[in-house]
Amino acid sequence: MKIGLLVSEGPYTHQASDSAYQFVVAALAKGHEIQRIFFYHDGVNNATRLTEPPQDDRHVVNRWSALAAEHKVDLVVCVAAALRRGIKEEVLAPGFRISGLGQLVDSGIKTDRLVTFGD
Amino acid sequence: MSEQQAAPAAGPKVKKFMFVNRKAPYGTIYALESLEVVLITATFDQDVSLVFIDDGVYELVKGQQTKGIGIKNFSPSYRALDGYDIEKLYVDQTSLEQRGLTEKDLLVPVEVLDAKEMGQLMAQQDVILSF
Repeated sequence: MKIGLLVSEGPYTHQASDSAYQFVVAALAKGHEIQRIFFYHDGVNNATRLTEPPQDDRHVVNRWSALAAEHKVDLVVCVAAALRRGIKEEVLAPGFRISGLGQLVDSGIKTDRLVTFGD
Repeated sequence: MSEQQAAPAAGPKVKKFMFVNRKAPYGTIYALESLEVVLITATFDQDVSLVFIDDGVYELVKGQQTKGIGIKNFSPSYRALDGYDIEKLYVDQTSLEQRGLTEKDLLVPVEVLDAKEMGQLMAQQDVILSF
C-alpha cells in the first residue's frame, strides 16, 4: 500500500512524532511504500538540526534523517508553517526539504492512505 | 478500498477531501492553518468539504473581535470560500446546541447535520484531515 503521513506536532512535547516514526518503520518492514512525510503546524520543528536532546534520550531529528538516508523517504516541511516558526533552509537537518502545502494535497491524491499524527 | 474506485484512465483523479475543524479559532493556530490547507486544496480541483465540530463551530461565529488579543481576525476568509468553489460546509448539530448557537449566528450558509448523518458523510470521503 502507498502511504502518506502528516505530522502536526513538534518533537518531545508530543508523542505524535515518535508514533509517526514507529509507524513508518513498521510499515516499511511490512513492505509498504511511504510516499511522503509532511510536517505541518509545530511539526516543522522536527526538521531543525539545532536540536540537541540529552545523551540518554532518543534524537528525534537525527532519527528522521537516518530514515531518509536509508529508505529515501521524502521528508517535506511546510514553508509557511516553517517560516512562522524560524525554520529555514540553513537550519534543516539532512533529508528534509522545504516546500508548499501543495505537497500535502498531492500526498492525499497519490496515496491509498494519508495518515495523520497529531495531538 | 481505493483500488476499487479506479479513476477513469484519462483525466485527473478527483478525490473527496474533508477538513474537520474541531478547535476554537484562537488559542491555538490549528483553525488558521487548516484554512490555509483548504485554500490550497481548492486550487487542485478536488472535491472539498468542511466540517465544524466541537469548539470548531466557533470558527464560523459572526462578529469576531480580536483587537484585544492582538491576533488577526481571519474569519472573513470563510466568506471568501465560495469564490474558491468551496460550498460544502457542514456543522454538527449537537456542537451548536451545546454552545447555545444557531445557524443565524454563523457567518456563512451551512448545512446542519446530526451525528449519524455526519458519520455517513465521513464514510464517503477519500481523505479526512482533522485540525
